[in-house]
Amino acid sequence: MRSINVIDITQKVKDVCITINYEIDPLVRAAFESAKIVEASKIGLNIIDDLIENSEIAKSYKAPICQDTGMIVAFVKLGQEVHIEGGSLEKAIHQGIREGYDEGYLRKSVVSDPLLRSNSGDNTPGVIYYEIAEGDVFEIELAAKGFGSENMSRSKMLKPSDGIEGVKAFVIETVEQAGSNPCPPIVVGVGIGGTLDKAAYIAKKALLRPLGSHHKDEHIEQLELELLDKINKLGIGPQGLGGTTTALAVHADTFPTHIAGLPVVVNINCHASRHQKVVL
Amino acid sequence: MDKIKINTPLTDEVVKALKSGDQVLISGEIFTARDAAHLRLVSLLNEGKELPMDFEGQVVYYAGPSPARPGEVIGACGPTTSYRMDDLTLPLLEKGLKGMVGKGKRNNVVIEGMKRHKAVYFAAIGGAGALIANSIKSNTVVAFEDLGPEALRCLKVENFPAIVVIDAEGNNLYDSEPEKYKK
Ligand code: SF4
Repeated sequence: MRSINVIDITQKVKDVCITINYEIDPLVRAAFESAKIVEASKIGLNIIDDLIENSEIAKSYKAPICQDTGMIVAFVKLGQEVHIEGGSLEKAIHQGIREGYDEGYLRKSVVSDPLLRSNSGDNTPGVIYYEIAEGDVFEIELAAKGFGSENMSRSKMLKPSDGIEGVKAFVIETVEQAGSNPCPPIVVGVGIGGTLDKAAYIAKKALLRPLGSHHKDEHIEQLELELLDKINKLGIGPQGLGGTTTALAVHADTFPTHIAGLPVVVNINCHASRHQKVVL
Repeated sequence: MDKIKINTPLTDEVVKALKSGDQVLISGEIFTARDAAHLRLVSLLNEGKELPMDFEGQVVYYAGPSPARPGEVIGACGPTTSYRMDDLTLPLLEKGLKGMVGKGKRNNVVIEGMKRHKAVYFAAIGGAGALIANSIKSNTVVAFEDLGPEALRCLKVENFPAIVVIDAEGNNLYDSEPEKYKK
């Protein structure tokens, strides 16, 4: 049995909330550089340059990359041989979010009730998922999810006969409809199979994979490549002002499903793709 | 492409000269208002009450900044998605609003209103909040302080970078540009 104290969890969560908002993922930075080589639009190129400059300013001034510093989504992987001591795990995570958003001068963007809509004042709660694993691992993947892109996400219960072509058509339609709203260049997460909720869960989780990495199954890797190519031929471009860099990557994942169904969820993330794993 | 320098408040002359595709640097005062501030402004108008400011010639920026560190003017301050304000925009155009800064498409009601009242829609780069903050020199709350990041604020800006997306004739970069790169 390995013991982990909640104080350490709070500290790590806090640190990650701040870092991911100030410093862009090096893989996103690399993707901007590669996009500059191929981008055909002049305005598009200027925008990518501005995004690179923005990330440099954010890092040196310790300012957030984007004012929408997101709602925290946390994927906890807890080994069954780990003992959490000193208090509640969930409270520790929320305390980390609270301290990170306060001390990091991050925007508090969470309302306590979706209909009454008063701001909770400290960016809590986050959306927390737990997975129980074997052994004594303890990991939390944290994402600060912006809503310009979250709002452009969609789900659809396709028919089994719609097949892979139906999935492709739905993804392309979603990105096309989203247009300039999710701050392209975007990252596209696709969840296929399971139930309605499972498809959404794996789509969100897929967004957290290292940018541009591929699914282990060859047919899904092919799907990712084909979708990325098609999306970048839509013409939307950086900020929707035209160009060939609409998406930086497509990450898809699948789960077994029912004989009668083919759920698909497309979860969109913006270039401010902020996530990091905490390992204790 | 040379960037065009413009000053607020915007005159009809300046507005008419701006063309979709122009890259501009805005200096002067601009006013932040997003979802909640728009709802309040429109309900004040509906109740026949006075607005907290005069919109004649002014530019509204759809933004809700992150908090300023002590000693700094503002935190990150990029644009939010504009379509959420579409249903609440016409009443402000009727009050003399001449410019809007945001990101993303506008609906036809807004575009027709812009043509009628001679106004222009600019896009700022979504997700470039730190870069944009560099052009903001002062930041004061005008009204609705209780709304926090959603308060109505006056920002003094110098060379705030933006792109004319929809001009006062209704030419729209979001329609014309992507077509060119569609394969
Ligand atoms: S969609 Fe992303 S980049 Fe755009 S404003 Fe929201 S968080 Fe920022």
